[in-house]
Amino acid sequence: MSKDLSDVIGRVIPAPENHLSADQLEVARKARRSFMGKALAMGAGAVASTTAATQALAAEGEDVILKLPEHSTGLGMPVAMDPGYGKPSKWESNLRRRQSPGLTRVDAASVSFTPLQGLFGIITPSGLHFERHHQGWWDIDPSKHRLMINGMVKRQRVFTMDDLMRLPSVSRIHFIECGANTATEWGNVAVPTVQYTHGMVSCSEFTGVLLSTLLEMCGYDKKAAKYVLAEGADGSSMTRTIDIERAMDDCIVAWAMNGEMLRPENGYPLRLVVPGIQGVSWVKYLRRIEVGDQKWAAKDEAVHYIDHMPDGTHRQYTGIQECKSVITTPSAGQTLLDKGYYNVTGLAWSGRGAIKRVDVSVDGGRNWRTARLEGPVLPKALTRFNIDWVWDGKPAILQARAIDSTGYVQPKINQLRAVRGTKSVYHQNAIQSWLVQENGEVSNVQVY
Amino acid sequence: MTFLTKLSRHTAIAAALSALALGAAHAQNTPWNNMGRDATPAEVKAWDIDVRPDFKGLPKGAGSVSLGETVWEAKCASCHGSFGESNEVFTPIIGGTTKKDIETGRVAALVEGAPATAPQKTTIMKVATVSTLWDYINRAMPWNNPKTLTADEVFGVTAYLLSLAEIVPADFVLSDQNIAEVQKRMPNRNGMVFYEPMWKVNGKGDVKNVACMKDCAVDPKVHSFLPDFARDAHGNIQQQNRVIGPVRGADTTKPPPKSLKDAGASAAGATVVAQAGGAGGDVKNLLASNSCTACHGLKNKIVGPGFNEIAAKHKGKPNLEAYLIEKIQQGGSGVWGAVPMPPQPQLSAADAKSMAQWIAAGAQ
Repeated sequence: MSKDLSDVIGRVIPAPENHLSADQLEVARKARRSFMGKALAMGAGAVASTTAATQALAAEGEDVILKLPEHSTGLGMPVAMDPGYGKPSKWESNLRRRQSPGLTRVDAASVSFTPLQGLFGIITPSGLHFERHHQGWWDIDPSKHRLMINGMVKRQRVFTMDDLMRLPSVSRIHFIECGANTATEWGNVAVPTVQYTHGMVSCSEFTGVLLSTLLEMCGYDKKAAKYVLAEGADGSSMTRTIDIERAMDDCIVAWAMNGEMLRPENGYPLRLVVPGIQGVSWVKYLRRIEVGDQKWAAKDEAVHYIDHMPDGTHRQYTGIQECKSVITTPSAGQTLLDKGYYNVTGLAWSGRGAIKRVDVSVDGGRNWRTARLEGPVLPKALTRFNIDWVWDGKPAILQARAIDSTGYVQPKINQLRAVRGTKSVYHQNAIQSWLVQENGEVSNVQVY
Repeated sequence: MTFLTKLSRHTAIAAALSALALGAAHAQNTPWNNMGRDATPAEVKAWDIDVRPDFKGLPKGAGSVSLGETVWEAKCASCHGSFGESNEVFTPIIGGTTKKDIETGRVAALVEGAPATAPQKTTIMKVATVSTLWDYINRAMPWNNPKTLTADEVFGVTAYLLSLAEIVPADFVLSDQNIAEVQKRMPNRNGMVFYEPMWKVNGKGDVKNVACMKDCAVDPKVHSFLPDFARDAHGNIQQQNRVIGPVRGADTTKPPPKSLKDAGASAAGATVVAQAGGAGGDVKNLLASNSCTACHGLKNKIVGPGFNEIAAKHKGKPNLEAYLIEKIQQGGSGVWGAVPMPPQPQLSAADAKSMAQWIAAGAQ
């Protein structure tokens, strides 16, 4: 790596390229001997304002510094603008939850993906938290919502939101990942960006009462109880089986996410948080917990969210989201604008514990360097990693590989396929490869 | 009373007192213990609707294949097809199982490399437990009106599906009495495996990699690329990335740039997409909240035609608004195919009018 390259501050490009579209550049090139052409080429932008004066200013420095903008010379907006709830800048509206065209048949039983390519740190903004609904979402009147606990308990109980929110609460940061995240990539490369390959993972601070507190209050049958069933109040009344050890460990009956109440799309006013376990078990609009001694084989544990193995069997109740990582920038669909320094950044997580280490390769897995983990590094939470990279302009294949606190190393896709075959849909946690091409474009590839 | 008996009485009282104190301390540790209230038997009955594989929770009742067929045609077929074979809206339920599978309890077509018996995996190829079908139809179907079937209708619909898969004969009556016998004929009843390491948090994974750091063995071949035709299948990626920072989104409305310099020029054109909203927003909310969008896409047919398609077909029609109001309120069939649109009695006249006006104006 040449020293020159290390000194280049990544992608800062001199005018005119920075200001002109390809079409405008072409115009400028054709007219380069004319006065207008020169003005354009100097990056003056709008044709109407190209005067000798602008040219002179451009030579002295940038207009955005030399000519004070309106926001430095005028009066800004007042507080508490309607509706009194802040929104992201209009300049950020490219970062949206999006559907993957053709992936699902109807919008109310669909998925929208989190734009991981544009996020920072480990917390997913609530409005960008991925969505998965099986029968549409609702905005339920919280005063009419109830949680019932029944089955193998001494006291079958009903709780209002008032009751629940008076109970001792915890606030914990956890990731939630759909079991089908990255499913499109089991076979070949299928989708263009990290939003669609990995965007069914989000991470939030959840606040609620531990499920163990509620089960103790109801006097669950400590000898005979083996499982609990969680059930939603919406049309699908999603049901999932959770083993009693899990239920008594770190599950949270949560009403809050990132400091405010849950968003309706995420289960307002109550959802179950099952750390480390696939998102389908985090039942939204939670209305009932039943304590029992057998598994339920609900639709989403008997037809979907099961792993199709090469011998034709299906593995049932495979809920753990194993250790996984992905580079979010630079990632597929993005374009590097120049050679030189880049901060390669991404996310790592494990349903079995905390992230211990993340290694990054820029040569398709031949050589690896260990990335910096940014704090906090929490169990069953997204963990941000960063590593320095100087791009020499040649093709490069970027990969990240995470290791969790159990020592488990994130596998390659061929290793995953060797055990689970090619018919599987769920629990794809393979190392992801991004190819940086000489033209600066990054694309999704499979390398192993 | 002797001194000794006095002493022993004191001891007993002290012991009793300390026991009380312990009890109080316990209550103090969980002073929230009585939050909430007891559930009434009627409440538990109303909500505890789950049915387990051992049929715990299954209500009494019975339904024939022919009852099931009647319900199916009226409430299920528009999404799932008359024979549960639908690929049109939802993935198929029935198909791909054989008589042999019913005997063995393993669906042979699921084995890797086996000849395909259906265009894609169907529900009946996968599901091992008949209770799952009963429970899910009962709790979640019909899709836009769940929990409205009677227990007998759920038995009937389940029987109809089982008859399509030739698990039960066409004159069968499924009931709580014989469902356990039917379970013994489920084609994939022996096809499920419980793999504990993927269920327990402290389990060990089944796939092993090692953290090699230097000169690691790698296949130099790139095994898969995004196909060229998929470049813009997810829209313009440039408009899905921030317009500042170390990178831009690639402009996928154009072919890949020839050089890094071209890429820079193209990326410099990155713009911020205007936020959605504006005219039509209210009507779109109305359409969504009345389940219209479950069957009608904006542009495309789902079960019924897309709103744009309706607008285009009837453009210039006299009294279009009145015509559309009647169609919206009364439903109908024949204009766009045989699948009927049900009447919408819940819809107010004002809302129907708003929808009709919006469609008549081009459904934008």
